Amino acid sequence: MTITSNASSDLTPQAQMVTVVVDGVAIEIPAGTLVIRAAELLGIEIPRFCDHPLLEPVAACRMCLVDIEGVPKPQPACAQVVSDGMQVRTQLTSPIAREAQEGVMEFLLLNHPLDCPVCDKGGECPLQNQAMSAGRPESRFEEVKRIFPKPINVSAQILLDRERCVSCARCTRFAEQIAGDPMLELLERGSMQQVGTAADQPFDSYFSGNTVQICPVGALTSAAYRFRSRPFDLVSVPTTCEHCASGCSLRTDHRRGTVTRRLAWDEPAVNEEWNCDKGRFAFTYLEQGRVATPLIREDGELRVASWPEALDFAARGLAAAKSHGVLVGGRSTIEDSYAYARFARVALKTDNIDFRVRDSSDEEAQFLRSSVAGTAVRTTYESLEKAPAVLLIAFEPEDESPIVFLRLRKAARGGTRIYSLGAVATRGLTKMAGTLIPAKPGAEASVLAGLTDQVRADLSAPGAVIMVGERIAGVEGGATAVLELARATGAAVTWVPRRAGERGALDAGALAGLLPGGRPLTDEDARGAVAAAWGVDSLPATVGLAGAPMLQAIKDGGIGAVITAGVELADFPDQALGRAAIEAAAFVVALENHHSAITDLADVVFPVAVVTEKSGTFMNWEGRPRPFTQTFKDALVMSDAVVLGMLASAMNVAIGASDVAGIRQELGALGTWTGARAEQPTTPAGQVVDAAYLVSTWRALIDNGVMQEGEPYLAATAHAVVAMVSAATAGALFNPVNVTVTGPLGSVTVPLQIGDVVDGIVCLPLNSPGCAIYRDLGVRAGQAVAIGGAV
Amino acid sequence: MAELPQAVRGFGVTFATIFKKVVTEQYPEQAAKFPPKPRYHGRHQLNRWADGLEKCIGCELCAWACPADAIFVQGADNQEGDRHSPGERYGRVYQINYLRCIFCGLCIEACPTRALTMTNEFELADSNRADLIFEKQDLLAPLLPGMLAPPHPMVPGTTDTDYYANKITGSVPEQVATADAEQVAP
Repeated sequence: MTITSNASSDLTPQAQMVTVVVDGVAIEIPAGTLVIRAAELLGIEIPRFCDHPLLEPVAACRMCLVDIEGVPKPQPACAQVVSDGMQVRTQLTSPIAREAQEGVMEFLLLNHPLDCPVCDKGGECPLQNQAMSAGRPESRFEEVKRIFPKPINVSAQILLDRERCVSCARCTRFAEQIAGDPMLELLERGSMQQVGTAADQPFDSYFSGNTVQICPVGALTSAAYRFRSRPFDLVSVPTTCEHCASGCSLRTDHRRGTVTRRLAWDEPAVNEEWNCDKGRFAFTYLEQGRVATPLIREDGELRVASWPEALDFAARGLAAAKSHGVLVGGRSTIEDSYAYARFARVALKTDNIDFRVRDSSDEEAQFLRSSVAGTAVRTTYESLEKAPAVLLIAFEPEDESPIVFLRLRKAARGGTRIYSLGAVATRGLTKMAGTLIPAKPGAEASVLAGLTDQVRADLSAPGAVIMVGERIAGVEGGATAVLELARATGAAVTWVPRRAGERGALDAGALAGLLPGGRPLTDEDARGAVAAAWGVDSLPATVGLAGAPMLQAIKDGGIGAVITAGVELADFPDQALGRAAIEAAAFVVALENHHSAITDLADVVFPVAVVTEKSGTFMNWEGRPRPFTQTFKDALVMSDAVVLGMLASAMNVAIGASDVAGIRQELGALGTWTGARAEQPTTPAGQVVDAAYLVSTWRALIDNGVMQEGEPYLAATAHAVVAMVSAATAGALFNPVNVTVTGPLGSVTVPLQIGDVVDGIVCLPLNSPGCAIYRDLGVRAGQAVAIGGAV
Repeated sequence: MAELPQAVRGFGVTFATIFKKVVTEQYPEQAAKFPPKPRYHGRHQLNRWADGLEKCIGCELCAWACPADAIFVQGADNQEGDRHSPGERYGRVYQINYLRCIFCGLCIEACPTRALTMTNEFELADSNRADLIFEKQDLLAPLLPGMLAPPHPMVPGTTDTDYYANKITGSVPEQVATADAEQVAP
């Protein structure tokens, strides 16, 4: 059981302590603790269904009845607060409690169907278990059980079997208290009481999978895992989620070499007991479309090659090129990123390396080098919860880092003021009761400079946090203005990238101008220390190319050979430039686990391991290392680092350890940089594009992402693809049902929705079905589009 | 009379035995004459309801009960137009590995629908390992008169509870029509 952070703070000595006696054993605990927690601390297990340490008490199931001295009737232990001198007797010592619990269990089982053989919960079911431990051996019920049609969909993913429900209200409380998506509610009364949704509003919450996990019976099940397996023939391995920078602890269950499901795992400091639906359900990609063998291009065609042949071919191709570039696609583990960083500097003797396969800028790179890479952990999930105020910039937490959203919402419920600077009051911001600081895309920097005194005062309070999303790269002067604001207010700045590997890649030195541990490449001492550790005479001393300039150089022939690792052509904001660069490159080595547009263009393709086939570490946005071990112990696929090690050997270069333990040791020995940091960016605030309509955009949590492929049920729970505009803008367009948004490359027609948006801004999802704006429109955030009403 | 040598006395037993009734059963010549006892634990069988739908619901309890880890089951969802058993779930994959099976019968005790029973068939030898992993089609009971090969819908107007209460006596013409349509449709 998780002890909530609230509870743990109650355990500080300041709290008033009381003594209670449970089953004759006395314990001193803080006043305000629930009886059920007191019993837990003594190792006494009271049966329960509705009680959940992270949800508010409701005493709905009545299973935890205990006998309290001086109280005439048995009381629910999950809702009863301890008082000094309280004498509690549980089912272990009190016949009254025992009989009360047996009676409740009998009631719960009256209408519960005998579905266990076909129920997904069978084998890990609290009702099954507690019916054995706290129920009567024989049923006395001879009548006909209540019948509901089943199962029914409360969303495309979540199925509801109302016959099995014990009305504990865990799901409805989760939806309301934690996720803020109160689409689930208890309907009707008496034996007809049931969980339900409004007819026109399915339970399309990004966190809906958690309700399946916390349902104490099999009433809520997921379409993806329906009838897939039994818990007792699954092998469970704890792991870290690879889908975003939140760094959730997950449990991967597998059977016969196939992942059957993923669950949120208990990590109070990070994800508590929750995760998002992407982390829970998007794992089919692990097996689909994999590159199976090395491939080399011969006479214009890719053909299967042996490892020695492909390594030799790649080594010769790389040696033939005069200059090199390395694109690490932001999804690598720290260990793999470090291997790329070292391979680039030592084997390729270049500093042209970038992990940002997305919108990026030099200003952002400068910001990351100066203020993020290798910095000590300052802002954590816990400190967010205690922060007096949080300002979000270029960051939509519900879509871009959902567990940050959950913690921010928890914080907001505890009194934290949330501000979001942007063009849209998003659904997530509304759920956090946050305040929008309106800023047109492009104007963020100047709006930051002119914040109201109220906001500045809030941010000046100790513990205030400024959270910057990766989209700050698209805001000219944005990072500069953020750092300026932080200096002025003393608020902590924390950078929240989207992909799981970005923060780790930054600290591993997979960015031009940056060596491991946040060392600036331009600093002679830093360079010398790393060169010594790596056993080379010198390292490249000039800051290499990154981002769009690197792509341009590849396209123009300035960079001959390219190594790509987990790169999608669709990730580049300028997709034409991305494709042209890879096509123009003289030699492309792709270390990929999936076939893609990149592998189609590459000269050599090496298959590399996915997260279930290797060990590694992701560093989450806090800077907290989140190590994980190999799920499939007998997987034969090699990690990027191992392949790079072999490639270096083929080039007659030594790049040190390529196993996870060895790399961790090297990184640990290097440590973090304590010397002078790179200079902070000083980019003047940009101008807003002068046009009638500008686009505001970010990636939805559930969208066209390649790691969500093969999950139709998950895809069906994505938020609707709409163009969101203000009422005034919609009025100017004469309130059409659909609008056609046109950019340089083409147009998309999507439904129009009115929302809290700055006038003249149209808000579109970046990469969703039917609206992938890099590809379909050819615009980025803050650029001009034309809008017309469509039928 | 002097005692006969011991060797000759020993042959007395042999000669006496020649005239006794033979108890050895000749296999395979006399196999039909000596069938196994009715409760003999032989090859498994996956039974059907009277209309031909499978009794197996893919619950994996047999696999859980198996002490030899000989059974592999994978359940799946009965879809509209693709119904193999009454109710929501059916066994999509059902394998018994007779290289592992010890014929203890715990699986048939575990079966909640009486889908799995054991026949008297014991002639299970083979020359290779692969053929001793019996798949669902090898284990399913033959279709008796009145039964219809799944997939087909339940008897109209009935629920899975009627099946479990043994109220189904055979397939009905509506099922035949729908089953035919389904088999033509895809």
